[in-house]
Amino acid sequence: MTGQLSETTTLTRIQDWVVKYGFIAVTVGLFVYFAITEPAFATSSSLFSMLKFASVTAILGLGVTFTMVVGGLDLSIGATAGLAVQLAAMTMVFYNLTGPTAVVAVLLGGLVVGLLNALLIVVFRIPDLLATLGMMFVIQGAKLIPVDGQSVSSGMVLRDGSVAPGSFTPDFLKIDRGFIGPVPLPVVIMLALVALSWFVLSRTTWGRLMYAVGANPEAARLAGVRVGFYHGLAYVISALLASVGGLILVSRIGQGDVNAGSSSLLEAVAVALVGTSVLGMGKPNAWGTLLGALLVGIVLTGLTMKGMQYYHQDTAKGLVVIVALLFSFTLSRKKLRYTPAT
Amino acid sequence: MAPDTGDQGAPAVNLTGGPLACELDGITMSFGANEVLKGVTLGLPVGHVTALLGANGAGKSTLIKVLSGVYPEHGGEVRVAGTPVEMESPLAAARHGIQTVHQRIDENIVPGLTVAENLVFEEIVRGEVPTVRSLRKLLPRAREIARTLDLDWSDSVLTRDVFELGIADSQMLLLARALVQRPKVLVLDEPTSTLSAGEVDRLFALIRRLRDDGVAVLYVTHRLSEVAALADDIVVLRDGAISAAQQRPFDMEQAIRSMLGESLATHHDLVEQRGSATAVELRGVQLLKRSDPLDLDLRYGEVTGIVGLIGSGKSELARGVFGADPLRAGTMTLDGKPYAPRHTSQAVGAGVYLVPEDRAAESMLPGWSLTWTSTLPFLRSVASWGLLRRARERATGTAVLEDFGVVATGPGQAVDSLSGGNQQKVVVGRWMHAGPRVLLLDEPFRGVDIGARGDISHRARAQASEGACVVVFSSDVEEIREIADRILVLVEGHIKLDAYTSEVGNDAIVTSMSEVA
Repeated sequence: MTGQLSETTTLTRIQDWVVKYGFIAVTVGLFVYFAITEPAFATSSSLFSMLKFASVTAILGLGVTFTMVVGGLDLSIGATAGLAVQLAAMTMVFYNLTGPTAVVAVLLGGLVVGLLNALLIVVFRIPDLLATLGMMFVIQGAKLIPVDGQSVSSGMVLRDGSVAPGSFTPDFLKIDRGFIGPVPLPVVIMLALVALSWFVLSRTTWGRLMYAVGANPEAARLAGVRVGFYHGLAYVISALLASVGGLILVSRIGQGDVNAGSSSLLEAVAVALVGTSVLGMGKPNAWGTLLGALLVGIVLTGLTMKGMQYYHQDTAKGLVVIVALLFSFTLSRKKLRYTPAT
Repeated sequence: MAPDTGDQGAPAVNLTGGPLACELDGITMSFGANEVLKGVTLGLPVGHVTALLGANGAGKSTLIKVLSGVYPEHGGEVRVAGTPVEMESPLAAARHGIQTVHQRIDENIVPGLTVAENLVFEEIVRGEVPTVRSLRKLLPRAREIARTLDLDWSDSVLTRDVFELGIADSQMLLLARALVQRPKVLVLDEPTSTLSAGEVDRLFALIRRLRDDGVAVLYVTHRLSEVAALADDIVVLRDGAISAAQQRPFDMEQAIRSMLGESLATHHDLVEQRGSATAVELRGVQLLKRSDPLDLDLRYGEVTGIVGLIGSGKSELARGVFGADPLRAGTMTLDGKPYAPRHTSQAVGAGVYLVPEDRAAESMLPGWSLTWTSTLPFLRSVASWGLLRRARERATGTAVLEDFGVVATGPGQAVDSLSGGNQQKVVVGRWMHAGPRVLLLDEPFRGVDIGARGDISHRARAQASEGACVVVFSSDVEEIREIADRILVLVEGHIKLDAYTSEVGNDAIVTSMSEVA
């Protein structure tokens, strides 16, 4: 008998409910609270700015979700987003090339990072966490070299004393500032990527096989699954998603800030982790990750409206993440796993 | 050694009278609505080996866990030497003199620690060993513990990572750890499932010695031959209650009938099938580091049974043909064409399937449903353009469930929540459903009840008669005789015997197995 303990007393039933819906309840509850106490909160413009704010975290969180599905974790995701920021800035400012070229350069950069991660993990068999931790430092360090540690902005003086020839193009800045109808473009990109990720993970053979690799790699291999391919694929997808997140970020800040992206790692990991327990899914999934990112967005927007200083943001974020993780780990009677429960 | 119970003043064989080391009185245990134990009343007499039989799902494991303090919320009463005790934790069980050696070794030894540290693990847990400990100081105690079991382990073995021990020695380690506590009651859950014949003999001699010393042993097993060799009493657990109790001389037929109830395992007489066309041809294949090349033809239309003990190279052979691990040397052909799978996916593509030896570690995906587990190797067939077709998936899951009579709530049930026999039906059934050319079954009956064993055996033979090449690997001669048309004996990487089942007796097989390579 391997049946799990599941006595259905009232208490445990409440506990199960809290684990399944508590997170959503908290999100909705906070939303209602802010909407009532801050009239400006529930206006469409502030809602959209909140979603816009959540988009980078959500997209990076999707990348982490893919790597968690295969039983790993991509720690280089923030650094990859930072690399995207700098690649975009360099393409346009140093080389005076077009916005679309910058987008291509950024995606190629992400592809290279993803392939390198896959190489280290699958071919050289370095544990996921360590390989991507190493990559994180390599990327963060290496990107400082061509810019002498300086942030890239238009009009900056280059090594040879000349002034940088280019600047951020208007079409590139539209990535963050554009709209489709009333909806900001980053929000559209976020929703599209969430839907696409959900589709790939739960409706395609790729997604199923990635879950299989995460659930038991040896059993997957002995069922004829090319474990290495799907394991590596998750890291390539993760790096590409990180690059898209980086594109939105650099379009928002309008310069190649050397520190951009690095702070988003923990948030991205946290929202993906939180997402595993939403609705009692017990596995990493795209909609859960989105919901996690939204909660962080609601709290930060709400508190900012209530007059919270910017330097309180990290504390607030951290607390939100810890509370959310209490739902997943402490209250959940199901052992949280990265693998699906059907 | 005759199991004479009259010596040493031991009590007469009597399940309820005489001095009892431990009594279970009306033990109940439920998981949600699922009542697994429905009032088990059982006495374990001092100086007796009581064999506990039961099909998978009968509640054996749950009963053992109650006895080892894992389920303090059980109903009923446990009495040790007549005094009611609370089995509130494994430590409490140990305090009351009840020691359990569980079936799953990997849950009980700690890889990364040395053999010595694992031997004194109980004392480390109880804090009797200094937190900062040196291996040197542990060694004398570890040696002492190992000696209780006549384990001749040198210091170089004791200081090695326990991971290097191998399954059989790990089992002995756990037993030594239990025995050093001088238990009054020893519970053994299928202790021989991973042992070789020599090790089984050693274990049995030890159990008999313990019995003569007055230990009450509860011995849980699927193997009737072990019961006949070892037990003083038999109790049969069926559907959460004791359905029969026997004393020597045993009536095994009766025991099997009480185990299985009305659905008695059918004795289908083996109608020997002889294949003709060669499916897999192995030439110059080397299985082990120090073994000579062997040639072997596996034929369509028959079940080939390969008998071999641990270390005989049978798993290496199975995994080599499946492409899971590379062969050390040699070539293979499949249907006369060169066949050298570098990856399992190539074998699966060619219609060569393997059910691996260790179900939990090598076949099961935690939490995966029957449907998902069934379709995993053949996702492409339930998808179009990479998109999964749910209806097709479900149809496959349902087909595997129904073809094999898997006892489950439906194709959506998680496979790891099924009983062992039903888990095995799923992992065997998913390959059979796809119509294999070559089907390799490595120890397919391990941890499987007799009913499921009969079903799997029957289906494997049916596949062969439909033309498939079925190869069964086992260390149990009886199992192989039950299923195979042709029997091969593998000893240390060499083929010692190759004959049709009807042409060879048990004696010849056993003799060839004991031949030194």
